[in-house]
Amino acid sequence: MSMKTMTSMERVLTTLGHQEPDRVPLFLLLTMHGAKELGLTIKEYFSNAGNVAEGQLRLRKKYSNDCIYAFFHAPIETEAWGGEVIFHEEGPPNAGAPFITRIEQIHSLKVPSVKESKGLQRVCEAISKIKSRIGDEAPIIGVAMSPFSLPVMQMGFDKYLDLMFLHPKEFNLLMRLNEQFCIEWSNAQLAAGATAICYFDPVSSPTIIPREKYLETGYLVAKRTISQIQGPTATHFASGRCLGILDDVATTGTAVVGVSALEELRKLKEIAKGRITLLGNLNGVEMRTWSQEKVEKEVRDAIEQAGSGGGFILSDNHGEIPFQVEDDTLLAISEATRRWGEYPPK
Amino acid sequence: MDIQKAVERLERSLLLLDRTSAWDVIFEVSSDTDPFETASALVSLTLERIGKDWEKGNLSLSQVYMSGVICEELIDQLLPPKSPTRIDQPNMGIAVLEDFHVLGKRIIFSVLRAGGFELEDLGHGISVNELVAKVSEKNIRVLLISVLMLPSALRVKELKEQLIESGVKIIVGGAPFRFDANLWKEVNADYCGHNPADAIRIVKQITSMS
Ligand code: B12
Repeated sequence: MSMKTMTSMERVLTTLGHQEPDRVPLFLLLTMHGAKELGLTIKEYFSNAGNVAEGQLRLRKKYSNDCIYAFFHAPIETEAWGGEVIFHEEGPPNAGAPFITRIEQIHSLKVPSVKESKGLQRVCEAISKIKSRIGDEAPIIGVAMSPFSLPVMQMGFDKYLDLMFLHPKEFNLLMRLNEQFCIEWSNAQLAAGATAICYFDPVSSPTIIPREKYLETGYLVAKRTISQIQGPTATHFASGRCLGILDDVATTGTAVVGVSALEELRKLKEIAKGRITLLGNLNGVEMRTWSQEKVEKEVRDAIEQAGSGGGFILSDNHGEIPFQVEDDTLLAISEATRRWGEYPPK
Repeated sequence: MDIQKAVERLERSLLLLDRTSAWDVIFEVSSDTDPFETASALVSLTLERIGKDWEKGNLSLSQVYMSGVICEELIDQLLPPKSPTRIDQPNMGIAVLEDFHVLGKRIIFSVLRAGGFELEDLGHGISVNELVAKVSEKNIRVLLISVLMLPSALRVKELKEQLIESGVKIIVGGAPFRFDANLWKEVNADYCGHNPADAIRIVKQITSMS
């Protein structure tokens, strides 16, 4: 017999405490689908806080989602630094041309004020609107790019790798500036009503840099930054691998780690058990073509591998489900989670 | 010198970002009769190995990128770009369709050039129509496409439709194709690569056919 039904918040807190709740919590990390719900273009949708608040609340209801996802898009942060956002009709907006074109520019770079950035304020406004409607019923997840991953959009990936490997002085300076920004931005979202911050840090993934480099860069940045964020954090590798650094990640102060479909949940769970909650790892890009049977199999497999003992939230592996994934597929994921996710495990 | 040993030595130097010792290995291996061909063959084998190891999760992208850039530099010193003695091959070009993420293109470009191939950089953030025009203007026969965003990957279908009559071969790659192994077929690409090693292998296969 299953225990009494929990609220989303109770379910999530229980699993974060490495206990088994009534069922496996489901985080459908949807962003652009809100525009579809409201019949707006993606650009229109994100231009107004009320749209996103309404979109998220509808999505939560439609899919019995266990969280609200307050993420707009990554380049909203670089916009605050003076960068451009390029919208797309069928996909996420992207950052325009890098605004750090010469390494020397880092010396005169100014950290933008979160209060004065219209885009960031819109996100905070959406969070407080949502908070006033759902209270403590479900967690509201805010998002911040890690200081260590943000430079890919600030200066381009190749230039950033050159900076990281060949120019330690300017690299360290940029990290200090980005840390200040990330902390202020995360705390502003928490103050607006976010329950936790998802810290996106794929550049720290062994997919991108070797562990030895991570330990002297992204790891230290994460420790310094997370310790000053005034709420719980989840570290997300945006479908980059993390098995080889999971032990290290668990000591950065983060409570949750977002993991890739390229790695086996069973192996990740062996390291994570009792220490850090796993979030993942359905393949979002592939999900676009999943049949109902495939959904059932994927959901069941994930829960079987990582559900036992709590410390697991079912989600996609990137932290954003592509716009092309159909509503029927999302509904099927939600139903399959209720069917196969009940504790104690079947 | 034993080629297998040379590959291992070159790989080690590259992973340590040690240009000088990489240059030493290449220099030792280069034969007097055809230094370019022996060197580019060695570099190709080494970069293929590094590419495969990345896909298996044993190496990181920063290592793939840095070693490609170092080898491209060294090979350019042996034989200047566009020199007629580079590998005889059909016209090749590479572009990032629609999106703005240039690192994948940069890596594949370096790795192929370091392997002795010549290819044209057709740019990034480019639309299907613009790309079709460039392909015909430059008489490209083999077109490599790199993308990072899923909507960009889906656009390849339209590109193929417009290029089908000209017989241009399309090779696709980039993150969306790695996460959905069937996507390349869905968009009617001719070939798909998941890493720089695949790019070398496919291009060799096509050039040996033509
Ligand atoms: C690091 C990362 C980030 C960083 C930096 C991103 C960047 N490059 O600008 C940050 C945190 C900023 C980020 C943000 C976003 N990201 Co991101 N990110 C990643 C991650 C982990 C790596 C991306 C990367 O740049 N890799 C480096 C390139 C070179 O790797 P690659 O494309 O795989 O290329 C290799 C091979 O594929 C091959 N190859 C490449 N091209 C070619 C061509 C040929 C012909 C051949 C043969 C081979 C080949 O060789 C390369 C070297 O080995 C991927 C997931 C992953 N595991 O790959 C997601 C990913 C790219 N992100 C994604 C998305 C959606 C985003 C955002 C749009 C999210 C949002 N809504 O804001 C933003 C956009 C940011 C922007 N630039 O505007 C999606 C894109 C697919 C999709 N769903 O549409 C991915 C794939 C995640 C996923 N699984 O869905 N991201």
